[in-house]
Amino acid sequence: MQKNGPVALAFHTLVVIFMLAPLAVICLVAFTPENTLSIPTTSFSLRWFQAIFVHPDFVDSFVNSLWLATLAASIAVALAVPAALAIDRYDFPGRDALNALFLSPLIIPHLVLGVAFLRLFALIGATGSFAWLVASHVIVITPYVLRLVMAAFTGLDRSAEQAAMTLGASHWTVFRRVTAPMILPGITGGWLLAFINSFDELTMSIFVTSPQTVTLPVRMYMYATESIDPMMAAVSALMIALTAGAMLVLDRAFGLDKILVGQK
Amino acid sequence: MSRARPALTPWLLVSPGALLFLGLIVLPLVLTFILSFHVYDHTTGIKNEFTLAHYAAVVSDDYYLGIFWRTLRLAALTTLICAAVGLPEAYVLSRMRDPWRSVFLLVIIGPLLVSVVVRAFGWSMLLGSTGLVNQLLQALGFGTAKLLYTESAIVIALVHVMLPFMVIPIWTSLQKLDPMVEAAAWSLGASRFTALRRVVMPQVSLGMLSGSLIVFGLSASAFAIPGLLGGRRLKMAATLVYDEYMHELNWPLGAAIAIMVLLANLIIMLAYNRMVEARARRTLG
Repeated sequence: MQKNGPVALAFHTLVVIFMLAPLAVICLVAFTPENTLSIPTTSFSLRWFQAIFVHPDFVDSFVNSLWLATLAASIAVALAVPAALAIDRYDFPGRDALNALFLSPLIIPHLVLGVAFLRLFALIGATGSFAWLVASHVIVITPYVLRLVMAAFTGLDRSAEQAAMTLGASHWTVFRRVTAPMILPGITGGWLLAFINSFDELTMSIFVTSPQTVTLPVRMYMYATESIDPMMAAVSALMIALTAGAMLVLDRAFGLDKILVGQK
Repeated sequence: MSRARPALTPWLLVSPGALLFLGLIVLPLVLTFILSFHVYDHTTGIKNEFTLAHYAAVVSDDYYLGIFWRTLRLAALTTLICAAVGLPEAYVLSRMRDPWRSVFLLVIIGPLLVSVVVRAFGWSMLLGSTGLVNQLLQALGFGTAKLLYTESAIVIALVHVMLPFMVIPIWTSLQKLDPMVEAAAWSLGASRFTALRRVVMPQVSLGMLSGSLIVFGLSASAFAIPGLLGGRRLKMAATLVYDEYMHELNWPLGAAIAIMVLLANLIIMLAYNRMVEARARRTLG
C-alpha cells in the first residue's frame, strides 16, 4: 500500500483540527472560573456544572429527553423488526412502496416534518402532548433501525433456520431461538443509533414541543439565542461526554464505521 | 422458508409500522399542503378560504427571494467546500494503516453524533469577536475580523456539520476500489496525477455525487446553524419558516415555504436517480 506524503499528512492534520476545534473549545470553556466565555488559563472550576443544577428547567429537559429517546427508540425497534422481516422475506404487492415510505423520513427535511406534525397535532388537539411527541420521534428514527436490521437479515445464514425447521421447530420458535439471536447486534446497534438521533433532534422537535415537553436540544437552542454564559458550555460538555460514551459502546460492540458507513 | 405461505403474514408484520407512517407522514404532509392555500388574516387568523397568494408572495417579494437566494448560495458553497476537502481527506484516510485509519475515521465522522446545537455553540465561541480564531488572527498580525453573525460563519459551521456526509460515501467507494488498479496504472507509466484523474476519480465520482446531494439538501434546510451563527438578520429558508410559524404566526405562508423546500429536495433527489440510472446504462453498454 502507498503511504501518505508530508503534504497529505499536513492537510489531514488541518482537517482533524477543524473537526475537533469546536468540541475541544467547549470542553475547555466549561471549566472556566470566570463569568465570561473564556478558556481557563490559571485555574479550573466546576462552578458552571453546579450552575446547571440551579436551573431545574435544564434538568427537567434532560430527563424528558432521556425518556423520549428511550421510548421512541424502543417503539422504533418494535416496528422496524417485523417490517424488516416482511420486506426481506416476503414478496407482496406494495412491498417496494412500503419500503420507500419507511425510509422517506431520511429525505424529507426535518423542518418540513416539524411543520407537518404541528399542523396535524393542532387539528387533533394534541399539541404539547408527550405521547404524540414520542410518535413524531419514532417516525424520524425508524429508518435508521430499519436499515441496520435489514442489513442484519441480508447477511444472515439461512441454513441454521432451515435446520431448526427440519428438527420440528415452529415458525415462532425458530424466530425466537434462532433468528432473533443472530440479528441481535443489528437490533442493538439500531436502538442505540435511534436513541442518539432522537436525543439530539432539534429542528423537528422545536415545532412540536410545548413548554412542558421541551427537550434538551430545544432548551439549549432557546437559551443560546438569548444569553450566552459558560453554563451552556458546561451543558454542551456533558452532552459531548454522553455522546462519546455511547460512541465507544457502539464502536466496541459493532464498529462505528460499520454502523455509520456500511449502511449507505 | 416462507415464500409459499399465505400472503397475509407479511401484511400483519408491516401493518403497525405502515399505519403509523401513513398517519404521521402522508396525512400531515397533505394537511400542510392544503394549509398553504388557506387565506391568512392578521387579526382573525387562518380563514376557510383558499388563495395562491402565499406562493405568489414568496416568488415575487424581494425579502423572500433574497432569503432563498442566500439559502441556495450558501448551500452550494458548503457543498463545494465539502467536496474539495472531503475527497482528498477520504483518499488520505484510505491510504492509512490500522489503527490510525479507524481512529481518524472516528474523529472525522464521530462529530456526526454530537448534537448540532452543541457544534453550533462551539463555533459561536470560536468565531466571536474575542474568540480563538480572532485571537489567532491578531497574533499573526492580521487584526480582528467580524466573523460571527456573517455568512462566513454559517458556511464554516455548515462545512463542519456536513463534512462527514461527504467523506462517508467517498470513503465507501474508495473501499471498493482495488489499490492494485492504481498501482497497475503507475507501472504502465501513468504519472501519479494521471492515475488519480483517470483511474481513481471515475470510481469515486458517484460517491462524491451522492455526498454532494446529501450535503446540499441538508445545508439548504439547516436550522440550528443559521439560527445560532447567522443571528436574527441573516435568515435562511428553515429559520424563515420558523419565524413565520412562531413569531408572525402566519402558518399558511410558513407552510407554503416549507412545501417549496420539500419540492426542491424531491426534485434534486429525482434528478440524482436519473443521473445514476443513465450512468448505469452507459457503463453496461
